[in-house]
Amino acid sequence: MKRLFPLLVVLCIAMFAYAPFLIVNAPYESTMGLVQKIFYFHVPAALTMFLSAFVASIAAAVFLFGRKPGADRIAVSAAELTVLFGLVVLITGPLWARKAWGVWWQWDARLTSTLVMWLVFQSYLLLRRYGGPGSDKLSAAVAVFGGALVPFVYWSVNMWRTVHPTTSVVPTLDASMRGPFYFCLLAFFLLYALLLAARTMLEAHRARLEALYLGLED
Amino acid sequence: MRTLLILLLLSGPGLLAQTSQPPAQEGFVPVDQLPDQEQLPATPLVAAAYGVAWGVVFTYIWFLWRRLGRVERDLAEVARRMNSGAGQ
Repeated sequence: MKRLFPLLVVLCIAMFAYAPFLIVNAPYESTMGLVQKIFYFHVPAALTMFLSAFVASIAAAVFLFGRKPGADRIAVSAAELTVLFGLVVLITGPLWARKAWGVWWQWDARLTSTLVMWLVFQSYLLLRRYGGPGSDKLSAAVAVFGGALVPFVYWSVNMWRTVHPTTSVVPTLDASMRGPFYFCLLAFFLLYALLLAARTMLEAHRARLEALYLGLED
Repeated sequence: MRTLLILLLLSGPGLLAQTSQPPAQEGFVPVDQLPDQEQLPATPLVAAAYGVAWGVVFTYIWFLWRRLGRVERDLAEVARRMNSGAGQ
């Protein structure tokens, strides 16, 4: 894995360097025009946020019921990345909406539920940092609920009337847009995997450092 | 007569304001046919979206790099102290 990591970093950089060429050459959407190009980063960031929330909640559940410290390290790393990719989604979305809908924000089901899910993972991180002894278990429960929100956020556009497009957009994409989109999605997933590996390594180093400090004190 | 004069004076500014207003828009006007001052350019929004996405990710990578470096330095320091303690 250690030998594979630098190779994957190079691949990820190459993919993100090539992505703008694909996005620029992708055709313009007929009603929205240029502003629709935000789609190629907004949707992959949103799907990466969903993936990260799932990873965080599953790892938190494993930690909660199995008491595995390794799972806790993955949970905290994935929760931080959920907040990171969520931030990208919550900033790029309003920039697109301003042109497409005429407003920066709309309190509709998809936007509100995304914001709530993002705040749940923010709460997880705050609880972990400032919650004191025992906060790891309490925050793990918060992460499990955060992950349970993902299906609601995803299907909210189909269940309620919203201004946000439904989940049928990506499966019915035009072939000329599908290539750049899936390329960007792959690049985002690769970036996520690399960041998760690096962030989990940081947690493992911290745990080792803590054990060493305790050893020094004894 | 006086009442008529007062009415004329009161309605005068209103009439003037009505004549100075642009004519009301009739029917549907496609967005791309709106006058320039009413159109919102997409380029700054797209540039801002990609700029923010890159900015957020790069800032996070920089902070992660710094945190990893600090912990690795601390680990090396503790290991050195433990080795020197074991040597004594």
